[in-house]
Amino acid sequence: MTRRTSPEVVLEVRDLVRDYVVRRPVGRFRRERRVVRAVDGLSLQVRAGEAVGFIGANGAGKSTTVKLLTGVLVPTSGTVRTCGLEPSRQRRELARRIGVVFGQRSQLWWDLPLAESFRLLAAIHRLPRPAWEPRLADLVDRLDLGGFLTTPVRQLSLGQRMRGEVAAALLHSPGVLLLDEPTIGLDVLASERLRRFLRSEREEHGTTLLLTTHDMGDVQRLCDRVLVVDGGRLAYDGDLPGLARRVGAQRVLVVDLAAPGPPLHVEGATVLAVEGDGLRQRLAFSPERTTAAEVLARVAAVADVRDLSVEEPDVADVVRQLYAAAAQEQRRAGDRES
Amino acid sequence: MGEPSPYRAVLASRVRAQFSYRVSFASDVVANVAVGVSEFAVVYVVFSRVDTLGGLDVWQAALVFALANLTFALADLAVGHLDRLPRHLRAGTLDAFLLRPASLLGQLATSEVSLKRLGRVGVALAVLVVALPRTDAPADLRTAALLVTATVGGTAVFAAVFVLAGALQFWLVEGAEAVNSITYGGSNAASYPASVFPDPLRWAFTYVVPATFVAYLPVLTLLGLPGPAGSPSWLGWCSPAAALVVAGVAGLAWRAGVRYYTGAGS
Repeated sequence: MTRRTSPEVVLEVRDLVRDYVVRRPVGRFRRERRVVRAVDGLSLQVRAGEAVGFIGANGAGKSTTVKLLTGVLVPTSGTVRTCGLEPSRQRRELARRIGVVFGQRSQLWWDLPLAESFRLLAAIHRLPRPAWEPRLADLVDRLDLGGFLTTPVRQLSLGQRMRGEVAAALLHSPGVLLLDEPTIGLDVLASERLRRFLRSEREEHGTTLLLTTHDMGDVQRLCDRVLVVDGGRLAYDGDLPGLARRVGAQRVLVVDLAAPGPPLHVEGATVLAVEGDGLRQRLAFSPERTTAAEVLARVAAVADVRDLSVEEPDVADVVRQLYAAAAQEQRRAGDRES
Repeated sequence: MGEPSPYRAVLASRVRAQFSYRVSFASDVVANVAVGVSEFAVVYVVFSRVDTLGGLDVWQAALVFALANLTFALADLAVGHLDRLPRHLRAGTLDAFLLRPASLLGQLATSEVSLKRLGRVGVALAVLVVALPRTDAPADLRTAALLVTATVGGTAVFAAVFVLAGALQFWLVEGAEAVNSITYGGSNAASYPASVFPDPLRWAFTYVVPATFVAYLPVLTLLGLPGPAGSPSWLGWCSPAAALVVAGVAGLAWRAGVRYYTGAGS
């Protein structure tokens, strides 16, 4: 019996495998043929309205999975269903229902103003004017595009262009938005602005979000679920606190003090480094046990803090720790058995 | 208001974009006219030194030149930019096209339009108008019908050849998808030559071979001259049929190329 797909599952991947054939010239005429497996037996489900962060190291298979979900690539084996459609066979039908943003590849016309790009995309999606004009006005307003709508895309800053890309992907009001590295290269303010918009879009329209990222901030502020891929396989599926708990990831509070002083040994934090005779100190703390504000309060009680910043655990580190932890568990299990 | 046609909207936008740089557009057209004129000058010089060459005198040869150039330039204008496919393949920009609800070929064909090639079209038309009365082609409906048939058919043949050449790029740009998926494209795009085809080869396959069908044979029929090796005179009417065949092959090759790119099977 085949299992009936429940209607609210919008992204479904089962036993997905995707190989690339890489041919490298060897000598003058011969070519070496090598098969690289980018996705290796991946299975996952995303339900309508979820916001999922898809993280993993470079080459872990994130972008390939996004391409398989959108129909740009065809799986080597396994099944993919996006909005109930088979992406590669029903690519054009699917394109009307999903929006896709590739952080490093523009969907816009380089030499045209944003406004013209939007007009063309509306034509390509065959949207009637009464449908897209109010939608565009809303997007322009919420993404604050008004100031540069008539500027050619090539003259926009990266932050401006990314907001334009997001508006372009959402013009046809898709129910699912896939973002591949949406905040790559953006400064803190620009990323935060984009995240705030994506949150509001999700609140207002119930848009399902799947984003690949290297930025823990994206995951923290946008996603209620994290998928970690490594080597083309799913290594973790759950919420972010659970991931941090699993690996014991720590955040780092960096404080600049008014005067040099001894290392600040406060409750709930450990001193990682002391620079300039104690003028700058790096304190690691576990977000599970305390907050940055609490640590700061304790530091402020013993020293005069002039400046501060909080460093998030690096995704690559978290993933590495995740694997180290898994390997350790296996070893322990092995020890018990013997 | 009804739904605007996607391809027409994009095409109209491309045309407007070209006219917005008037000076560079004008100089491009002039350059294209100059190339067309210099090519015709070669034909004219060669054929005016001898009475006939290949059974044609100078004005009859000019007619072949005009038809071949007219059809090639029209096809080049419409789909010549398909030879930019390698750039899209290497930079990964093809994916953007695949994420839109429209056909890939339709989008690529309308992604650009090189109106500067109207310069070539103009030269070819001028040669045609000048040469036609100087041959003994009858000024009747049959001549007009034959010229229209040859122009439409010939343009279609060349356009199909461009599509075919484009389709081959999917294989010639080695591991295109793997390359830009793994290295994220862009970085190595600059280290490749602009076109995979060496120019003489491109010229021979896209110009000389089809030109026989689209220009030489129709002119023979037009002038009532015997064809090569006793080929029937109605062969001059057949370029639309030839176009259908080439278009069929090109369509299949394109489909296979896209399937190769997306990894749907080899």
